[in-house]
Amino acid sequence: MSTPTATPTKTVAELEAHADEQVVFQRPETLTSANFSYCPGCTHGVVNRLMAEAIDELDIKGRTIGVVPVGCSVTAYDFFDLDMAQAAHGRASAVATGIKRANPDSIVFAYQGDGDLASIGTAETVHAATRGENITVIFINNAIYGMTGGQMAPTSLPGQVTQTSPYGRDTKTMGFPIRVCEMLATLDGPALVQRVSVDSPKNIRQAKAAIKKAFSYQMDGVGYSIIEVISSCPTNWGLSPVAALDWLRENMLPYYPLGVFKDAGAAPAEAETEASHE
Amino acid sequence: MSSDYGNLNLVLAGFGGQGILFAGKLVATAGLLEDRAVSWLPSYGPEMRGGTANCSVCLSDEPIGSPLVTDPDVLIAMNQPSFDLFYPLVVSGGLTILDSLLVPVIEPRDEVPIFGVPATQLADDEGLHGLANVMLVGKLWREHPFCAEETLQEALAACVPPRKQQLLEPNRRALHIGLELA
Amino acid sequence: MPNEKVLMKGNEVLAEAALRSGCTCFFGYPITPQTELAAYMAKRMPKEGGAYLQAESEVAAINMVYGAAAAGARVMTSSSSPGISLKTEGISYLVGADLPAVIINVMRGGPGLGGIQPSQADYWQATRALGHGDGHLIVLAPATVQEMADMVATAFALGDTYRTPVMVLADGMLGQMMEPVTLPEPLDLASIEDKPWALTGTGAPGRTTRNIANSLDLVAGNLERRNDERFERYEQIKAKEQRAETYLIDDAEYVVVAFGACARIARSGVERARAVGIKAGLIRPITLWPFPTTTIEAALPGARAFLSVEMNKGQMVDDVRLAVNGRAPVEFYGRTGGVIPTPAEVATALADLQQTVTAAGTKEA
Repeated sequence: MSTPTATPTKTVAELEAHADEQVVFQRPETLTSANFSYCPGCTHGVVNRLMAEAIDELDIKGRTIGVVPVGCSVTAYDFFDLDMAQAAHGRASAVATGIKRANPDSIVFAYQGDGDLASIGTAETVHAATRGENITVIFINNAIYGMTGGQMAPTSLPGQVTQTSPYGRDTKTMGFPIRVCEMLATLDGPALVQRVSVDSPKNIRQAKAAIKKAFSYQMDGVGYSIIEVISSCPTNWGLSPVAALDWLRENMLPYYPLGVFKDAGAAPAEAETEASHE
Repeated sequence: MSSDYGNLNLVLAGFGGQGILFAGKLVATAGLLEDRAVSWLPSYGPEMRGGTANCSVCLSDEPIGSPLVTDPDVLIAMNQPSFDLFYPLVVSGGLTILDSLLVPVIEPRDEVPIFGVPATQLADDEGLHGLANVMLVGKLWREHPFCAEETLQEALAACVPPRKQQLLEPNRRALHIGLELA
Repeated sequence: MPNEKVLMKGNEVLAEAALRSGCTCFFGYPITPQTELAAYMAKRMPKEGGAYLQAESEVAAINMVYGAAAAGARVMTSSSSPGISLKTEGISYLVGADLPAVIINVMRGGPGLGGIQPSQADYWQATRALGHGDGHLIVLAPATVQEMADMVATAFALGDTYRTPVMVLADGMLGQMMEPVTLPEPLDLASIEDKPWALTGTGAPGRTTRNIANSLDLVAGNLERRNDERFERYEQIKAKEQRAETYLIDDAEYVVVAFGACARIARSGVERARAVGIKAGLIRPITLWPFPTTTIEAALPGARAFLSVEMNKGQMVDDVRLAVNGRAPVEFYGRTGGVIPTPAEVATALADLQQTVTAAGTKEA
């Protein structure tokens, strides 16, 4: 059941040999030494790292519990050097609720993909949000089912070709993509609803700030946060990593505008402004 | 366990809101206080929601098998449909207590005597609205004592919740009227 | 006023007994005929400082149970048959992650929406198929309200000891009825053993490793090892935890096997059969899994035949047949759809069985 922590530590000799050098970049403590098993160019790794950095910086590693359900996040318990629960498909927010209610001092996050959060787990997502459950949800939206090999997701775009929409998503028979943040922002429960992207250094920095804010809201008891991260899936999109980011910018960002849709911690006017720009 | 009183297999039936379940609980509590085997089983489901209500109460000196009384030796009926449904099931030698104004149509069987009292009307006349149920339990005790009389009084006190103690006195009066009814 | 007998409904007794057993989290969803349990928890749990939550679905409720169990809490959920079907996904994950929890099923008639009257039609589900994959739950079947009061503490203790979910399988009759009950003394919470595997954070005192609650293992050999380890525990449970009650069994030639509410009726039926000269006895399995095979075994030498009496179409009779293993005839009598068998029906079934067995014996001779 338990995996030993294997954070590499340097010997004194090694440290002395590099005394004149300055560390400018290192693995966050919250990540294990395991290599990410994500596909080349996949942005899951970027988001995992941002979460780990936020947890390190907020100094909550020792009391943070992660919940990872089914999808490409399914083995993320190997990557976070935290107590972790693996959850059934779609149920991460319910499992996170159980952990948080049992031990309110824990900091609990659910890390979910689009199929998990917005299809099979829609009920759990909406109700955790409307309860204002004091948890942090990180939502990876890459408009496709990755783990099972590229099927249509609830967030696949109109016309998008996938294994199960081989002629493109026909909205007449397959319906429209769900804009999760816009939907959840109609509820009174959530404290923070924000959509970010990890397609560029600027957006990655904004994503990091949003994730950190979400965790700090949980620490302060402000309530439920969801950070939707627009992500790429080069493998199942059939594109190179760079082309995938271009596709993301050209197709996903127009459909899924970035911004803050709800922020209980901000002055009302400020929240409105943020949602209306970008 | 042994008792001076025989086993009781009682069905109480009427409309929701008449206090059928409370009356059953009163009888069951009397059994509890005399340390007998007791069961109380309500009808549940759609009939809970404003339609008919009935419950089965058993008092026994032996462990109780089925708490569902299918062949009652006593029936308390507070409306016509309940009487029509359960009276034919009462065993020979049993008896039936009913509210005579609410069960106007009766065809008595020789072996199951019927004791009709206008309990709801009496209760209203005495300013004891809603306590016809307790009155009928009193009448049952008069015709078929199932516990010591003091126990019944004690059970009544135990069944009226502490926060509704002002209702104890009216309940006592209703029980008293039932006990005295010829 | 401890140890005073009170009149309480079975459903409420299950809830109160859980609170007295150190249950600090309850996640539920309304369904007849168990709703009083959730309502009781809603009233009492906040006063006890625990967590009560009406989940958005049975599926969510059982996954909240999974989370709270993983966090180390004593946690319970309750439902009735159709709701238990929804919970089976989460139950399978609890089994796979070796997490203890108590799950109450106040059975009603099925299949589908069925009815709301008492039934025992979930025996197969409870003992065979509470979710996909190889696995079992310990399944306890109370027959009285007093037993419901005592059994919940046992369920939590067994769950913690063997790291397994435990089901208490009741039915609408037991859930709805009131009987005199002496409630158990509240458990001293300090007496509950620590759960070093719980997800309390890597910074928790004394921790040197991180904990993962997980049923996933993508390496074939590893998954098999985990399953083997779990089944070794199941063997221990089978050896140590079988429970059954017997009645008039010492000289019994015709042995009724019945559980739960049905066993109350079967007991009266056995008495009636005795009154007409049939040497009848009763075995009441209290653990449905593990099935009390040793009690069946003990009754076999004197038994001419077995009769499984159930409120279903014949489910536990499979386990009686497996235990008897061809060494005596095993017959079944049951009613379904909320119809409760009567003692007279059981006595008649016993008389018929005696006649059949005697006739067969005569023919052979």
